[in-house]
Amino acid sequence: MEVTHTWYLILGALLFTIGAVGLLVRRNPLVMFMCVELMLNAVNLTFVTFSNALDDLGGQVVVFFVLVVAAAEVVVGLGIIVAILRRSPGATADDVALLKG
Amino acid sequence: MELFVFVVAAAIILAGAVGVVVSSNPVHSALSLVATLFGIAVLFVAQEAHFLAAVQVIVYGGAIVVLFLFVIMLLGVDQAENLSTEPLTGQRPAAAVLGLATLGLTVFAFLETDPVATGARGTVAAIDESEANVYQLARAIFTDYAFAFEITSALLIIAVVGAVVLARRPASNELLPEQPEAGGRGPAGAEGKVG
Repeated sequence: MEVTHTWYLILGALLFTIGAVGLLVRRNPLVMFMCVELMLNAVNLTFVTFSNALDDLGGQVVVFFVLVVAAAEVVVGLGIIVAILRRSPGATADDVALLKG
Repeated sequence: MELFVFVVAAAIILAGAVGVVVSSNPVHSALSLVATLFGIAVLFVAQEAHFLAAVQVIVYGGAIVVLFLFVIMLLGVDQAENLSTEPLTGQRPAAAVLGLATLGLTVFAFLETDPVATGARGTVAAIDESEANVYQLARAIFTDYAFAFEITSALLIIAVVGAVVLARRPASNELLPEQPEAGGRGPAGAEGKVG
C-alpha cells in the first residue's frame, strides 16, 4: 500500500479535532494551552504535506514562522497563566470570569 | 517501509494527543505532548522537511514543553483534576458534536480535493531535489521572506518583554483587590459577598 498525501492530511485533521475537543472539554488552563499546541502542530503537518505535494517550499517557510509565533505565544501565555495562578491558586478557566459583566 | 513509518508515527501521534486530553495530571499531559511532537517530527522527516524536523524537536520538545513543565513545577498545579464530573451541563456532548463536525468537514474537503487542489506545481519556490533542504529554506527565508523574518525578531523581543512584565511581582499588593485565599476558587466566593 502506498502512503498518499491524503493520509497525512487526514491524520492532521484527526489531530486538530482532538486538540479542539480537548480545548473545549478541559478546564485546567495549562492543559488547554497544550491542546492549542496540538492544533498548531496539526496545521504544521498539513502545511508540510501540501509543501511536499505541490513541490513548493512556501509551506515549509510558513511552518518556520508558525514555530516562531508559537514560541512567542507560549512565553506570553504561560506568563499570563502564572500571573493568574499566583493571585488565585488552583484557578480553572471557569474562575477567570472578571469580564463576565 | 514508508507505510510502516507512517503507521507507527501516526499511532504515536494520536495516542499522545489523546493522552494530552484525557490525563488528569498535567505532568502526564505534558509528557504525552512530547510523544505527539516527536511523532510529528518523524513525519516531517518522511516528507523531506529535515530542517523543520530538527527545529520541531529542539524548539517544541526541548523548549516549549520544558517551559510547560517548569510552570507546573513552580506553581505546584500538578494535583490531579477530577475528570469524572462535568462542570457545565452538556459541555461534553456539545464538544463531541463540534469535534465530529470539524473532522467531517475537513476530511470531506481533503477527500474532495484529491489529487491536492489543482495539482499544479509550485512556481514561486519550487523544491530542488538536488539541493539540501536547509539551504533551500535558508535562501527562501533570507531573500523572499527577509522582511517577515525581521518582523519575527521584533515579535520575539516584544514577547520577552511582555513575559518579564507579566512575571514580575508587583511592588505593593495594595493596587490589586484582595483575593479570598481560604475559599480557594477566588471570584466565585467574592461574587456572593457583593451580591
